[in-house]
Amino acid sequence: MWDYSEKVKEHFFHPRNVGEIENPDAVGEVGSLACGDALKLMLKLDRSGRIADVKFKTFGCGSAIASASALTEMVKGKTLDEAGKITDNDIAEYLDGLPEQKMHCSVMGREALEAAIANYQGVKIEKPVDEGTIVCKCFGVTDNKIAHEVREHKLTTIEQVTNFCKAGGGCGSCHPQIQAIIDEVWQKEKEKTIFEMARKPVKKLTNIQKVKLIQETIERDIRPTLQSDGGDIELIDIDGDRVMVSFRGSCVECPSSKVTLKSTVEAKLREFVTDTLIVEEVAS
Amino acid sequence: MKVVYADNNATTRVAPEVVDAMLPYFTEYYGNPSSMHTFGGQVAKKMDVARQQVAELVGADPVEIVFTSCGTESDNAAIWGILRANPRKRHIVITRVEHPAVYNLGKYLAQSGYHVTEVGVDSNGMLNLDELSDAIREDTAIVSIMYANNETGVIFPIEEIGHIVKSKGSVLHTDAVQAVGKIPINLSKSTIDLLTLSGHKLHAPKGVGALFVRKGITFAPFIVGGHQEKNRRGGTENVPSIVGLGKACELAKNYMDKELTQVKHFRDKLEGEILEKAPDARLNGHKTHRLPNTTNLSFEFVEGEAILLLLNEKGICASSGSACTSGSLEPSHVLRAMGVPFTAVHGSVRLSLSRYNTIEDVHYIIEHLPPIIRRLREISPYGREMKMKEQASRVSAGI
Repeated sequence: MWDYSEKVKEHFFHPRNVGEIENPDAVGEVGSLACGDALKLMLKLDRSGRIADVKFKTFGCGSAIASASALTEMVKGKTLDEAGKITDNDIAEYLDGLPEQKMHCSVMGREALEAAIANYQGVKIEKPVDEGTIVCKCFGVTDNKIAHEVREHKLTTIEQVTNFCKAGGGCGSCHPQIQAIIDEVWQKEKEKTIFEMARKPVKKLTNIQKVKLIQETIERDIRPTLQSDGGDIELIDIDGDRVMVSFRGSCVECPSSKVTLKSTVEAKLREFVTDTLIVEEVAS
Repeated sequence: MKVVYADNNATTRVAPEVVDAMLPYFTEYYGNPSSMHTFGGQVAKKMDVARQQVAELVGADPVEIVFTSCGTESDNAAIWGILRANPRKRHIVITRVEHPAVYNLGKYLAQSGYHVTEVGVDSNGMLNLDELSDAIREDTAIVSIMYANNETGVIFPIEEIGHIVKSKGSVLHTDAVQAVGKIPINLSKSTIDLLTLSGHKLHAPKGVGALFVRKGITFAPFIVGGHQEKNRRGGTENVPSIVGLGKACELAKNYMDKELTQVKHFRDKLEGEILEKAPDARLNGHKTHRLPNTTNLSFEFVEGEAILLLLNEKGICASSGSACTSGSLEPSHVLRAMGVPFTAVHGSVRLSLSRYNTIEDVHYIIEHLPPIIRRLREISPYGREMKMKEQASRVSAGI
């Protein structure tokens, strides 16, 4: 018997936004026929960068169709940044919960959305080489992906891992490896907590110290990287934890500068200054 | 809500005549058949009648029938019974398409120090007999091969298999849960040594089964306890259900012609019209070597659980071998063993009829299933174009 909420059934029997968009601004595709479920998500943005139209096509079970339908309703009217914050738990919550064994359906929704956003920002959808090594051969799941799900959802058993990302749901020969990943993640988390507790209390930076440190970090760890690609960065202002910067040179035109902003600039500043910093791009 | 029950390989409706036969054994005749007094003794006599009825359906001697609690127990009793009676033989042979009652027991035995060989099937679900012959060794205690497959209905050539097993000096057990009552079986002229049957697949209640053990076969009891069933199965007998199983077997014998004619006619009509109305659909399993009541169809580019949910909305009860319905993440081991292409393996639907289905039921399913497939294909990102591309790339790659 199916243990689906009324909302899941409602979205399955009457899915919203089924179809395709002509000339979409972004397309995200995950899954495959062989895996047993797949989702194709298409987005159209308006002038202000908000999602004006969204359509999907799904191959999969009842909850896969319902999760995709729910996701399209959730992202409508949002900017890509806002939409990017939607987690698989948000999708499951929107549907008044999914059965444990079906959580991978909501994960598929989030992944399709991530793929679509990456597609818009010009980041190749092909996973980088350092994505990890395949652990579950039946479903092609890597160690990095398993570790991510374990951390994200605080998973402690192989069965839970299978529910969230399918790994281990086939022949079962990778179960020892999955267990090792679970153990490693929680061992590391434990060490991290101990390390952080030992480091505290952190001395609070004065405003002068903070500004100086931010400038130094940009000079030492950020600018050289950007300049090597023909770009540059300028620090405009600092307001509390908000760091306002402006890109220069080839960075201005670069479609992936938004990613650089978060993954390089913000990450470096958080690493070397303080981890509460938020970096924003402003017009100069 | 209207219910059209087309899932008779999962379980069947208990025949009203069976219920009537059982009721007095709950109320009036509640004695223990092992008791010395007449009150219990009359119950033992009724059990003898049931044993006779079961034996007649399959052409056995009543003394060869052991009552059990279900098909799974019978399968376990057969395999363990032979292994325990032949402790020096540590090898068994099964197939890759067995029911979990045998298939998972095989896995368990393999982990427990026994050697297990699984024989494969071809794309029609038919057994490779040469592979079977090669698999049987000197230390093969038992070969356990199903009579008919629960998912596809494919019937194995069990007598031919029996001759191979005999020539190699081993013992043959067959799980005939799906075959008994649907097709004629005559164990008096057979190479089968042990045979499993289950009550609830032939209009008797759940919780009762039987194991045929041919006279002369050395067999150790699976459930050790009292002297019941001539020391072959301990435990006080489930008398009302055994009486019901007897009655159901008597009815099955009388209705056998109907299974082979009306039920088969309905199945063929159902299958033919659906395949005609739904494009990109295929039959899983051999077209003729098949039970008269079963059809297993795959609809490409859609997923089975979604089909079942929509059928359920129309009151149609069916099954699927898709990953999402199998309780695991992988589609049915039977369809995978047959090498059903990945475009179709997730979209399988099994429809299994019984003598209680009407022509209206058949029309109702024919009316509602094809639109459901169309509806899901509209949602699916895959379609025929994808298949063409796949084939083209295979051709260009020289595969």
